[in-house]
Amino acid sequence: MFELLESCLRLSTPLLFAAIGGFFCERSGVATICLEGVMLTSAWSAAVVTYYTQNPWLGTLAGLLTGGFTMSLHALLVIFARADQIVSGVAVNLLAAGVTPFLNKIFFSSPTNSPAIAIEHRFHAISIPILSEIPLVGRIFFSQLPLVYLALILPFAAHFIAYKTKWGLRLLAAGDAPEALQSLGGDVKRTRFIFLFIGGLLCSLGGTFLSISHSSQFTRDMTAGRGFIALAALIFGKWRPLPTLFACLFFGFADSLQIRLQSAEWLTGNFPVQFIQATPYLITLLVLVGFMGKSRPPLSIGKEFK
Amino acid sequence: MRLILVSFLFLSFSLSAKPFKVGLVLDKGGRDDKSFNSAAYNGANDLQKKLGFDLKVVESSDDTALEPSLRTFAQHGYDLVIGIGFIMKTPIEKVAKQFPKTHFLIIDSLVALPNVRSVIFKEQEGSYLVGAIAALASKTKVVGFIGGMDIPLIRRFEMGYKAGILATQPKAQLITNYVGSSTDAWRNPTKGKELALSQISKKADVIFQAAGASGLGVFDAAEEKKVFAIGVDSNQNWVKPGKILTSMVKRVDLAVSTTIEESMKDQFKAGEFSVGLAEGMVDYSLDEHNRKILTPEIEKVANDLKKKIIEKKIIVPDYYETNKK
Repeated sequence: MFELLESCLRLSTPLLFAAIGGFFCERSGVATICLEGVMLTSAWSAAVVTYYTQNPWLGTLAGLLTGGFTMSLHALLVIFARADQIVSGVAVNLLAAGVTPFLNKIFFSSPTNSPAIAIEHRFHAISIPILSEIPLVGRIFFSQLPLVYLALILPFAAHFIAYKTKWGLRLLAAGDAPEALQSLGGDVKRTRFIFLFIGGLLCSLGGTFLSISHSSQFTRDMTAGRGFIALAALIFGKWRPLPTLFACLFFGFADSLQIRLQSAEWLTGNFPVQFIQATPYLITLLVLVGFMGKSRPPLSIGKEFK
Repeated sequence: MRLILVSFLFLSFSLSAKPFKVGLVLDKGGRDDKSFNSAAYNGANDLQKKLGFDLKVVESSDDTALEPSLRTFAQHGYDLVIGIGFIMKTPIEKVAKQFPKTHFLIIDSLVALPNVRSVIFKEQEGSYLVGAIAALASKTKVVGFIGGMDIPLIRRFEMGYKAGILATQPKAQLITNYVGSSTDAWRNPTKGKELALSQISKKADVIFQAAGASGLGVFDAAEEKKVFAIGVDSNQNWVKPGKILTSMVKRVDLAVSTTIEESMKDQFKAGEFSVGLAEGMVDYSLDEHNRKILTPEIEKVANDLKKKIIEKKIIVPDYYETNKK
């Protein structure tokens, strides 16, 4: 049971970063389906820089810069070059899927994976003194990888910024009523660019988590669809940070449950493994169809602002 | 008459001067996957340096590109076209029918055509040995297996592994997991790691992975939790020295190089070749990286079992055979 919840938090972490990053992007009025690509590029550069410098902090910095840059590319295309937001998102994803193995091949003569980072140069679980001694809760919540803590705090911070600050008001206005923002003297394009960049930074933390916290190298396509699951979580959470937190935890939980059910003999004797592996997606479908009310996207999402 | 003779001579001369051409098509893993594909590439490349034939290698970025790559080689008069991996089955079937004079080699799958040689490895035999090693090295007597994509080929590994475990430790418990049922399952190291961690939490202390790049996550988990992992396809002992108990090795390089050599000498033999321990084409690996953790006692048991399998005193169960119906 401990392991189930522990692994649920680990599996939710990259989703949380990507989904909250996506929250800032999408609420500013720009459809952002390139979370996957942003994560992938930052996972690659974080692994490479950590490998060469033997310092995961520098690796994280490199991941942030790369992710921010990749998202800026999307931002430039849609905000200033007025490209279609979906098309640009697809382009960034394809670019990331092609460029990462290409660069990896140049650096390490292998398109598939970067060299392994030694265990002492990766991030490790940190036990918070006193709190980690609490039975049950301590082990699950207070002896985790550093980024897991950050991921759990992030939705609350996003909630505060979006609903309690002046900047948040600008963010929501840019997404729901850009004309109103402009008529009051706000700069819609600038606001959107800034929030896309911030979203890109957050999203790239999810990528670095995959390559230098949770595993020990970059492998080709290692995001394996997490960017899209994060997007689903954002929609599932009705484009609001706190419900999105629960959506991410829910997806993470379903995945870690699936991992454990696979080796439960009473189940595997009666059901094919494929069925058990599909359960998280089945549950998601059921929840989306049955229990969720209307999810309203930001009003001006997907529309270009002239 | 003289004209015909001269032209015949000229023709035979030009034929003998024509260099032997080999086309190699790798699957998605690419030539540097440090495993299956790189073994095939190295086998062909090393021989090319020795014998000096024309070698061209293509890595396919996606599965739909396989058939065109194979066909292009055949169209350009390549003498031998090699496809690596079970995914080549249908493409080779189609192309080999269209070019009956070209020779083909496929690894890991069967194509029953007169110009195709199919090499299948008896993975179950090598897996049996690493299963025996795992069970003997395990202190908790709980061992794990993590497969990549859930396909019959990987089930074959699992079945042999289980038989090897039970042969040496009848009471040992085996925990089995698969990363997924799509090709994504070969490249999801974090999922591989989570699966390994869940097995370790159930007391498993030796885990055999047959999961491509996802297996690297299994190695990470083993390193962090201080248990043993077992590598696959190539000798992976060096990836995490001292943490990888042994590797189940498939000599894809040998299969490729011997076929090229025979084909060059006009001794190409089509048909189904099922190779295993007896031919030295599968084995467990022992080198300086695992010498300290694989004790001489375990080594002795493994070698005894190996001898018995080669002498056919032990018949390792084969997933393909048991699931034929």
